[in-house]
Amino acid sequence: MSPLTVVAAAGTGTSSFTTPSISYAAIAPILIVLAAACVGVLVEAAVPQAQRFYTQVGVTLLGLVAAFVDVIAIRGHSVVTAGRALAIDSTSLFLQGTILVLAALSVLLMAERSVEFGSSIVAQAAVVVGSPADRRLATSERVQTEVFPLALFAVGGMLIFPAANNLLLMFVALEVLSLPLYLMAGLSRRRRLLSQEAAIKYFLLGAFASAFFLYGIALIYGYANSVNLPDVLAAQSTSGSSDVLLYLGFGMLIVGLLFKAGIAPFHSWTPDVYQGSPTPVTAFMASCTKIAAFGAILRVLYVGFSTSSWNWRPIIWAVAIASIVVGAILGLTQTDLKRILAYSSIAHAGFILIGLLSIDQAGLSSVLFYLASYGLTTVAAFGMVTLVRDANGEATHLSQWSGLARRSPLFAVTFAFLLLAFAGIPLTSGFIGKFVVFRAAYHVAAPLVVIALIGSAVAAFFYLRIVVMMFFAEPAEDGPTVTIPSVFTMLAITVGTAATLVLGVFPQPLLDLADNAAKLRG
Amino acid sequence: MSPAHGIQSAAWLLVVLPALSAALLLLLGKRADKWGHLLGALVPVALFIYTVALFFSIKSESGEGRVRDLHLFSWIAVGGFKVDVGFLLDPLSLTFALLITGVGSLIHIYSIGYMAHDEGRRRFFGYLNLFIAAMLLLVLGDNFLSLYVGWEGVGLASYLLIAYYYNRDSAATAAKKAFIANRVGDVGLSIAIMLMFAYLGTTSFQGVFAGVGGLPHGVVTAIALMLLLGACGKSGQFPLQTWLPDAMEGPTPVSALIHAATMVTAGVYLIARSAPIFDLTGAGRTVVTIVGAITLLYGCVCAFGQDDLKKVLAYSTVSQIGYMFLAVGLGKGVYAIGILHLLGHGFFKAALFLSAGSVMHAMNDRIDMRRFGGLVRIMPITYGVFLCGYLAIIGFPLATGYFTKDKIIEAALDKGGTSGWVLGLAALLGAGLTAFYMTRALLMTFHGQRRWEDDVHPHEAPATMTVPMIVLGFLSLVGGFVLTFGGGLQNWLAPVVGKPEEAGVHTISTPVLTALTLVVVAGGAAGAWLVFGRNPVPVTQPAGSFVTVAARRNLYADAFNESVLMRPGQWLVRGLVFFDNKGVDGAVNTVAAGLGGGSGRLRRLQTGFVRSYALSMLAGTAAVLAVLLAVRFS
Repeated sequence: MSPLTVVAAAGTGTSSFTTPSISYAAIAPILIVLAAACVGVLVEAAVPQAQRFYTQVGVTLLGLVAAFVDVIAIRGHSVVTAGRALAIDSTSLFLQGTILVLAALSVLLMAERSVEFGSSIVAQAAVVVGSPADRRLATSERVQTEVFPLALFAVGGMLIFPAANNLLLMFVALEVLSLPLYLMAGLSRRRRLLSQEAAIKYFLLGAFASAFFLYGIALIYGYANSVNLPDVLAAQSTSGSSDVLLYLGFGMLIVGLLFKAGIAPFHSWTPDVYQGSPTPVTAFMASCTKIAAFGAILRVLYVGFSTSSWNWRPIIWAVAIASIVVGAILGLTQTDLKRILAYSSIAHAGFILIGLLSIDQAGLSSVLFYLASYGLTTVAAFGMVTLVRDANGEATHLSQWSGLARRSPLFAVTFAFLLLAFAGIPLTSGFIGKFVVFRAAYHVAAPLVVIALIGSAVAAFFYLRIVVMMFFAEPAEDGPTVTIPSVFTMLAITVGTAATLVLGVFPQPLLDLADNAAKLRG
Repeated sequence: MSPAHGIQSAAWLLVVLPALSAALLLLLGKRADKWGHLLGALVPVALFIYTVALFFSIKSESGEGRVRDLHLFSWIAVGGFKVDVGFLLDPLSLTFALLITGVGSLIHIYSIGYMAHDEGRRRFFGYLNLFIAAMLLLVLGDNFLSLYVGWEGVGLASYLLIAYYYNRDSAATAAKKAFIANRVGDVGLSIAIMLMFAYLGTTSFQGVFAGVGGLPHGVVTAIALMLLLGACGKSGQFPLQTWLPDAMEGPTPVSALIHAATMVTAGVYLIARSAPIFDLTGAGRTVVTIVGAITLLYGCVCAFGQDDLKKVLAYSTVSQIGYMFLAVGLGKGVYAIGILHLLGHGFFKAALFLSAGSVMHAMNDRIDMRRFGGLVRIMPITYGVFLCGYLAIIGFPLATGYFTKDKIIEAALDKGGTSGWVLGLAALLGAGLTAFYMTRALLMTFHGQRRWEDDVHPHEAPATMTVPMIVLGFLSLVGGFVLTFGGGLQNWLAPVVGKPEEAGVHTISTPVLTALTLVVVAGGAAGAWLVFGRNPVPVTQPAGSFVTVAARRNLYADAFNESVLMRPGQWLVRGLVFFDNKGVDGAVNTVAAGLGGGSGRLRRLQTGFVRSYALSMLAGTAAVLAVLLAVRFS
């Protein structure tokens, strides 16, 4: 396996500001999404309330699909553009395509109106929780349709994030993707208090992490005299200043990114936010945000710090282990479905990090495959969680799911299948993903792979516990029922589940695609 | 090897059709009850017609063109390991396919009548079709791995069919016994395949046979012996023979098809197919002949102690497969004779079993020969068919056995040396014993006094049963002659197992040997007549001599297995269960409790307060920075 080649773009250290040349073709997907978001804002202002919901859904899906088609159209592009701030290479295009697909599926979940009266999104976000006006909201047909342009803005940030070749642009992308998410987390129709608490927590901790990130940039600039990743890399072999600045800067930078990816010990927001947010938004965060964050992490590690890998490897080792242990162990005693899935995502983030340790094409491509397959399974799983309901909305407590297979065998079988995919059982994409990641990392981090295997064995317990609950426990007297959703949710779940199965049985096409995509340009 | 073309490229249907039909019959459940048996019987008939067409298509080629490869798909391709699934269409596999679909069709048709009053007839046909699919995969696969898949498939079908009357304890136990004995053999086969892969990196017949010549002699012998172990398990050969007689708990058509005509001969197929391996190891071949000789005598001796007609036939099967093993163990040129006997045996043993089934059908499912007698008048057709099979198996002049079994005796003697004499005389003695126990069975069942009880009203079987029986009876009479006419089968099989070498000098000249064999056979038959024909048969089992008692208890093979293998095995299992409960479970529970406790404790960190979350992040950041600097400046 050839070591990853980072093609350094011809750079000129200009002192006077000149308008950078921009390859609009390469950034068109980003522009399409952001334009669609702006259109969404105009829709809010111009379209009458009655038609607003489906207009927004249409605009959003149209924007995402158009951007995806454009990503396909410009496949094979490899340019560094916009004043060397954006690297549109095959890796970022792969990630962008994946994010767009998963965002579209999440938007389908958000567009669901038949399982919950109105939608799972609140009618009016800015009403004091518990007030009489708030109680009326539950049965209101209105929906805070701003969630759709917010999602689009977030997607715009996510598209830039893994392509950012410049740390400042990366920071801007981070904020562009984060701010809408903070808002979206607070938009749940039911359990308003929990939802708002989640939003506040996410915002505070996110700001905290952003501060680290920004401080890290400042320190790195102090060392390298540049915020461009290739320049940072070059400075490491030429700069005469002290390494301390560089490594303090790198540490803080990576903390900010690890936070976004939900990796222990920077994971503490994950369970609370996943639980409190409207479930479609959780699906969005768990799939798209995670992919964008990993895209940024791998760009920083592979482009900016590829030569100093011996210095950062121990850190990645440590946080990967911490993530797997925390995810697997804490998942054991959780009783809420969404929290279980949150801890599961923490453990999975640890597995993905392992793939990054082998700094070669195989490692990169395995991570890309893992991200895509895991994202698809996750969207389907959260989509299914929205369907199990009782009078109080979603029934996410584990005990409420007991005996669900008696009443809804198809639902139970499908969900069990997705859980098996999370556990990494063969014939699911989860198995292939784990296999390629562990295989890529085995020659550099064999002990870590062993720990990860033990971790996945421990984590299998809480997945299987849900399966046992659904199939072998007596159904509760006044248990929840599985709602039959509209075509939107059905489509999202079907696509996610089918992908989990197909990628488990015929993974080769996507593996080949990821292999071809695993080329970074700095 | 040339690729398949024309009609040959549809050979995948041979496995897919019966598998589909089995899936339909088993999955549709009661909805298929009305027409399930018709579909189930139609499929093998259609396959037989196709196989005949295939036969003529291959036959029209010449020489090496008769070996055709049909590549289907790449099953596994991981690194250096590649398994292509494909069919090998050559004289050997087609011979088996013809036997399986031909005899299979007849027995399917017979079963329509035989199982008419059984509620689970559809299920029965589903299993039978499953068997046909697996068996055809076994003989048609072009590599050891797909052979293994078919091998396990027929094992499963056999298990399901032995335990067809699953509410009977004896059937369930017999099925379990068959399964376990087969597992022992299967382990051998799988080890052989692993050895091939480890040393040659391939499991395809072509690759293995091309590369096996370059292997160290010890490895070749190990592979051969492991293959033999697999063959012994499936074919009920010594020392894994005890399951086969018990397998008669299944419905009689199953005994005829699976436990006489086809599946149990898979071991012979395996050895004949692996001829290039066995050709390289004299030691391996010697072990095969020894196993064959021991088993053929063992089967004969046990057979004459049995009062259960199907058990007699079962031991007879064990013994006849012993003959086949003996033949294929003799090596170059004799493989074809083994296959020849296999085909002939397929005909006459199926005929014998089907007529035994017809007797059973008539006698309210009773199978004790001491309760039969005098059936010759009441069931003339059944008697006729049984008589044909009888003449064929004892080697009556011009009946099948005369052409097939006598050749094996001759080939064994021609091996030369002490071993040739020992094997040849064993085979000769076996012929006499066969005549003895078969005459006994014939006399006890059809001749003499009526000994059945008043509530039994024997009657001839319906046409769906008698027609296949008559066909098989006819084949048992003329099959041997037709197959050997002008060296037909041997020349046909030559591209796969090699040309027969014409022995220059026979140890005993052919006419003398033929006469000697006939004398021995006549002696056996006459002996049986003296003991059982002249005197009335007691309804209850007499005490019997030491030999008879030993034969009744199948020479204490079950007792040996029970005391040497089963009891210690049970003690071992009890010990392991104890260790599992205390040791393993203890450890697992401790770990689980530890993890759960750890989870509970760690959970307290997740307080829900942003301030403590922020603190944990800060601590994490500090740790990250400390580690980074420590690594940098260490």
